Amino acid sequence: MDPVAQLWVYLETSPLAALTLTLVAYLAGDTIYRRSGRNPLLNPVLLAILLIAAVLLPTGGDYERYFEGAQFVHFLLGPATVALAIPLYKELANVRRALVPLAASLLVGSLTAAGTAVGLAWLAGASTETLASLAPKSVTTPVAMGVAESLGGLPSLTAAVVILTGIVGAALGPPVLDLARIRDPRARGLAMGTASHGIGTARALQMGQVAGAFAGIAIGLNALATAVLLPLLWRLVAG
Amino acid sequence: MLTAFTALLLCQLIGEGAVRALDLPIPGPVAGMALLFAALVAYGEVPEALDRVGRTLLAHLSLLFVPAGVGVITHLGRISGEPWALLLALGPATLIALVVTGWVMAKLAPADGER
Repeated sequence: MDPVAQLWVYLETSPLAALTLTLVAYLAGDTIYRRSGRNPLLNPVLLAILLIAAVLLPTGGDYERYFEGAQFVHFLLGPATVALAIPLYKELANVRRALVPLAASLLVGSLTAAGTAVGLAWLAGASTETLASLAPKSVTTPVAMGVAESLGGLPSLTAAVVILTGIVGAALGPPVLDLARIRDPRARGLAMGTASHGIGTARALQMGQVAGAFAGIAIGLNALATAVLLPLLWRLVAG
Repeated sequence: MLTAFTALLLCQLIGEGAVRALDLPIPGPVAGMALLFAALVAYGEVPEALDRVGRTLLAHLSLLFVPAGVGVITHLGRISGEPWALLLALGPATLIALVVTGWVMAKLAPADGER
């Protein structure tokens, strides 16, 4: 076999190419974002995804093969989620002081996220199946998929919508919170985590430890609130 | 560093196990987060090595969502035949939820100086 073909076979079977592509695309996305003066529309996650898709689609590289390599990056989401306990612990005094407002805001936010998603999509004439797939979209992926399934939605549609919700929240959340004059880092973090789960939390962590800690709690509590309350409310409304 | 990373994996593993055994409505890693939090409260401080590993992972948390995100884009055509419903639910609905949550929290939780 000639050396080029040999190299191709190696790259096809090893995770090296997919991993390198992921990291290069992310670094490129991050550089463009910084150079643009942190333009929210040039969100680094969004840019990285588009860059990788731009490489995969024309070369006929399919997603399953890409993911075989990129799953090593994906895997780290687990331990990183566990590590959210660290900023949470460091802000323990702060969290404890705001516990009741935190729980109340989270509950209101959780219901608003599901209510507005279902309400607006209903106005646009969405099918019941789509509504059920959209209802849990602000919650972290595994819980959202489980809840969507129990409501009669399509888990695969939910998985996509959850990621897109995270990107919208991460990119547009900070400027929209500025416009609404919400400056308290606890409120900003809690809002980012409640409305846009882990991707919003990643952005909140960049604002500082306080926002990151409150966003981290919001992921966990919103997952819990949505999993428990949404199926009950759904039965009540859909009756 | 290795010990710290092992501790994170161990928390996740126990979390995944607990979620399955007790049929909890949260993901395994979130249960792991609660477990590590409880362990830190019991221990009384964050060990330096754990702090460093945690900082490194969380500094690049955005990167970790990229592989799943690529899946969304490459399957975009198959997502749904209801683009308006999706656009409204993704854009306005997400931002309304964000502002409502932030606004309620800002109103209910007085800043330190204001108490």
